[in-house]
Amino acid sequence: MSLVSIRDVRKSFGPNEVLKGVSLDIAKGDVVAIIGRSGSGKSTLLRCINGLETYQSGSIVADGIEVAGANTNLRELRRHVGMVFQQFNLFPHLTAAENVMLAPTVVNKVSKAEARATAAEVLAKVGLSEKMDAYPSELSGGQQQRVAIARSLAMRPKVLLCDEITSALDPELVNEVLRVVEQLAREGMTLILVTHEMRFARDVGTKLVFMHHGKVHEEGVPKEVFAAPRTPELQQFVGQVG
Amino acid sequence: MSYKLQFAELLPYWNVLLYGLVFTIVLTIVSTVVGIAVGTAGAAARTFGPGWLGRIVAVYVELIRNTPFIVQLFFIFFGLPALGLKLSETTAAFLAMVINLGAYSTEIIRAGIEAVPKGHIEAGLSLAMSKWEVLRHIVLNQAFRKIYPALSSQIIIVMLGSAVVSQISAEDLTYAANYIASRNFRNFEVYLLVALAYLLLAMLTRSLLRALGRVIFKAR
Ligand SMILES: Nc1ncnc2c1ncn2[C@@H]1O[C@H](COP(=O)(O)OP(=O)(O)OP(=O)(O)O)[C@@H](O)[C@H]1O
Ligand SMILES: [Mg+2]
Repeated sequence: MSLVSIRDVRKSFGPNEVLKGVSLDIAKGDVVAIIGRSGSGKSTLLRCINGLETYQSGSIVADGIEVAGANTNLRELRRHVGMVFQQFNLFPHLTAAENVMLAPTVVNKVSKAEARATAAEVLAKVGLSEKMDAYPSELSGGQQQRVAIARSLAMRPKVLLCDEITSALDPELVNEVLRVVEQLAREGMTLILVTHEMRFARDVGTKLVFMHHGKVHEEGVPKEVFAAPRTPELQQFVGQVG
Repeated sequence: MSYKLQFAELLPYWNVLLYGLVFTIVLTIVSTVVGIAVGTAGAAARTFGPGWLGRIVAVYVELIRNTPFIVQLFFIFFGLPALGLKLSETTAAFLAMVINLGAYSTEIIRAGIEAVPKGHIEAGLSLAMSKWEVLRHIVLNQAFRKIYPALSSQIIIVMLGSAVVSQISAEDLTYAANYIASRNFRNFEVYLLVALAYLLLAMLTRSLLRALGRVIFKAR
């Protein structure tokens, strides 16, 4: 059974139809790399999965919860579906550890001590044990993004959505973040990544999704798809970015 | 220019002046605390609350910001009794001040909330926090940090503006001045002294607020 199941989802912003019937099945442990041109609907799809955007028709079921159901508890859904953003979005008034501790203490009502232990564990995992008490403004972009990943991990999500999480970084900082993601993938975390890192998509991904004009235009095993793209649109896209 | 200053003639009234001074200080502190609480609630309603509530708050804010404070005060003290609501001078003064600062601080705090990057709110929601948890733990702290100087200025404006409550005989510092001047006719000395008192009060409040800000927002 799939962990995330997307069925014929359609989404419009006013008259502009952005998702034109998207279907995808994501199993536990999958590392899905979503690629595609700017404006093809990648971010919108990701944001529909955790309910940051609504959609007009179709269905998304994540970890057994229908995202747009009439009685859906989005809070319950989001406890299992984490998200990391391009712009890090760390809370500037809180230290790295406090950023990580906030949701566990506020949402899961765990004690400060327990939350701090979890923070120490997840920050160690992203290689930032030394920076627990640093404020975001004292961290590099790569470090901030790793704190943001740790912050999501502290909620023990079953799926992690990542929207171009290296796109705002200086080139020399990209790898430290990708290494963390790769480590998560190896540990069996289910990941859905929108990315422009083609090499990463090919080497780490278990599934590649090429979006074009609001549709899944081509999908398959990354190595095979990259080696022999079937559609002219993907051939052209791979030629441009690869 | 042969006027001879006679400050000694104010001495018998020192207790009247002191009472007025304390009244003005207490009036300012209470209306600041309650007014900012009202402003925070109002700003939260306008940005995070349901649309109908936001519109009610918007009407309140516009009503207060586009009418003179003295008219608001007179309406509360002289107007409301027609509806059977008779308030004492003191209660009317406090109420008018709170309502006035509440409206201005709603606008100021709202601007602060709107300056918080949308991404921070989405990050909070994505961590399974509710809208209100996001507001409390993520948005308000950042918003207040940003608008603290503007809010401080508004508090001083309101403190100085509170002189108007003497018009309904609430016994503030200006009321004390009027009272003394009408008895010993030393208008020059009385109003000079009271002007100096307001000046000192304003400067003191400003430095106090600045120090307080440094303590509250010391992080980062
Ligand atoms: N909040 C919004 N309101 C209106 N239109 C929007 C909104 N968000 C996205 N769109 C439109 O939806 C389309 C798809 O946007 P989306 O952000 O999903 O693309 P994307 O594939 O993530 O692109 P990029 O690679 O540039 O991030 C675009 O045409 C965009 O202008
Ligand atoms: Mg995008």
